Amino acid sequence: MAQTTLKTSDKRITGKHHFAEEWVGRIYTTLCVLFLVTTIVAMVYFVASRGLTTFFKDHVNPLELLTGLKWSPEGEPPMFGALPFIFGSFSTSMLAALIAAPLSFCAAVFMIEIMPKFGRKYLQPVIELLAGIPSVVYGFIGLSVIVPFFRDVFPGQGVGIAAGALVLSIMILPTMTTVATDALAALPSGLKEGSYALGATRWQTIYRVVLPTTLPSLMTGVVLGIARAFGEALAVQMVIGNAPFIPKSLFESAQTLTSAITLSMGNTVTGSAHNNALWSLALILMLMTFVFVFIVRWLEGRSKL
Amino acid sequence: MKKAVMLVMAIVLTFTLAACGNNANNSGGNASTPPASNNSGGATTEPSTEPSEEPKLEGSLLATGSSALQPLVDQASKMFMEKNSGVTIQVQGGGSGTGLTQVSEGQADIGNSDVFAEEKLDADKAAELVDHQVAVVAMAAVVHPDVKVDNFTKQQLVDIFTGKITNWKDLGGDDQAIVIVNRPASSGTRATFEKYALGQKSEDLQGSIQEDSSGTVKKIVGETPGAIGYLALSYLDDSIKTVSYEGVAATEENVVNGTYPVWAYGHMYTKGEPNEVAKAFLDYMLSPEVQEGPIVELGYIPASKMQITRDVDGNVTKK
Repeated sequence: MAQTTLKTSDKRITGKHHFAEEWVGRIYTTLCVLFLVTTIVAMVYFVASRGLTTFFKDHVNPLELLTGLKWSPEGEPPMFGALPFIFGSFSTSMLAALIAAPLSFCAAVFMIEIMPKFGRKYLQPVIELLAGIPSVVYGFIGLSVIVPFFRDVFPGQGVGIAAGALVLSIMILPTMTTVATDALAALPSGLKEGSYALGATRWQTIYRVVLPTTLPSLMTGVVLGIARAFGEALAVQMVIGNAPFIPKSLFESAQTLTSAITLSMGNTVTGSAHNNALWSLALILMLMTFVFVFIVRWLEGRSKL
Repeated sequence: MKKAVMLVMAIVLTFTLAACGNNANNSGGNASTPPASNNSGGATTEPSTEPSEEPKLEGSLLATGSSALQPLVDQASKMFMEKNSGVTIQVQGGGSGTGLTQVSEGQADIGNSDVFAEEKLDADKAAELVDHQVAVVAMAAVVHPDVKVDNFTKQQLVDIFTGKITNWKDLGGDDQAIVIVNRPASSGTRATFEKYALGQKSEDLQGSIQEDSSGTVKKIVGETPGAIGYLALSYLDDSIKTVSYEGVAATEENVVNGTYPVWAYGHMYTKGEPNEVAKAFLDYMLSPEVQEGPIVELGYIPASKMQITRDVDGNVTKK
């Protein structure tokens, strides 16, 4: 008898306890979400308000900013043509993705399909380690190794889109490989087993079943990699040469949106037309990031897994 | 799977956003250095050079701006804080523009700049600032060691930096294309070089290289055949070749007596007259202890040594 009363009271205590726990957890998590949302909204607002000043206060035509070829904000008259930067950003990040995508797909196939145990246990941590290396280190290696190599082998000064893309491709490799590995690992084993049962070889299974089924997820990794490459500033700035022109070759000095911003932001006075124009570049950069995020969401929706 | 993608996406997004702010906080690391906690015994027995100093100075200062001046101000502030335990001085980089904006808006007590405030700010804002010239930075044109040119005239430099001359053979050198290594258009070093060596603004040329630090400029000029750039005297060494300007070698002596024109003051601006602490620190910057100590050690030229003065319009007067 005594035992049963004890039990019921025990239950009541734990019940109340859980009730409080529930609310504490709920309030805490809500606060975290609110904090994140506020930060993002504030950031978008800040960049947009600064970036739009160029059009409203300095009366720069948005079309001129997007399509103009000449960038000389300190010149007479000042010119704000950011097309060379937009071209530089797109060409370096696309080229980087083009180099890194086949490598990351093959590495993922090796780690999941060919040598699952060794791959997941040793190779994956090593590749993920690449993601932790600071970008200035990549930039410095690019400047000390890749640029002199290109200078000796190809005509030109070594700096340029090719050097930038190569450095970026190594930087985005971990992101793309991780996403690809996860995608391959999540593939239901029934699909593969079915393919084997029909008499397909391992390679036939990989390129007829595994890769096509996981393609949307693999593309997600590619887009994430491009987004990362698009936003990278320091490493690219060190190897690309930073001349505000559309280059005539891959080995001629070019410039990206991010490197244009970091190069001049500290030396310009807040509120000047030059400074505002840099904020406009930041706005373009941010909008592009949003586009990449939407592409990722859309690809996820198409995922067959 | 979805969770993992979301996580990666969140991380990537953070990185992307963080990459934008890379430049702004590069010097925040030592921002919260506590004041040197000297015991009072140490303070009283100091081998002071100035005879009658007020016993206790208290307060904090924020000096921000030019990365070219940052090492000097940083070094001097540490020495100053050791002598005055009640004072905290934070030194931050960010560029001349940042320094001038922040001191003009009252966010910083001292704005370091290697250009005159009148050249960056509006006239009415610049008029509020008081100039303290603490050092002189001279710049020299440098080329790759294999370039066989020892002297530039002003016209030759203008022709190179405006793209009229594109090959060293036109200047008596080998048949080798000229590679221009510039600083960004907004840089104080570039402004100085353009103003006093070229006498005009130059535009970025197709194929030219721009780097935002003198260290990288030196590395690229030293490695790229046919490269030309310009550096502060403190960066010069054997990996690059220093070229004379109008027949005058870029040496400290020639800057001091006024024959070599390519130099700029290191300015420390305050808004209005400086307060007690800022004044003490600025006086300390001009004292022999700093002028003959860190300024010389770090490759600047002491402002006190200059035999000439120059105003914002470039008018030179003998002292």
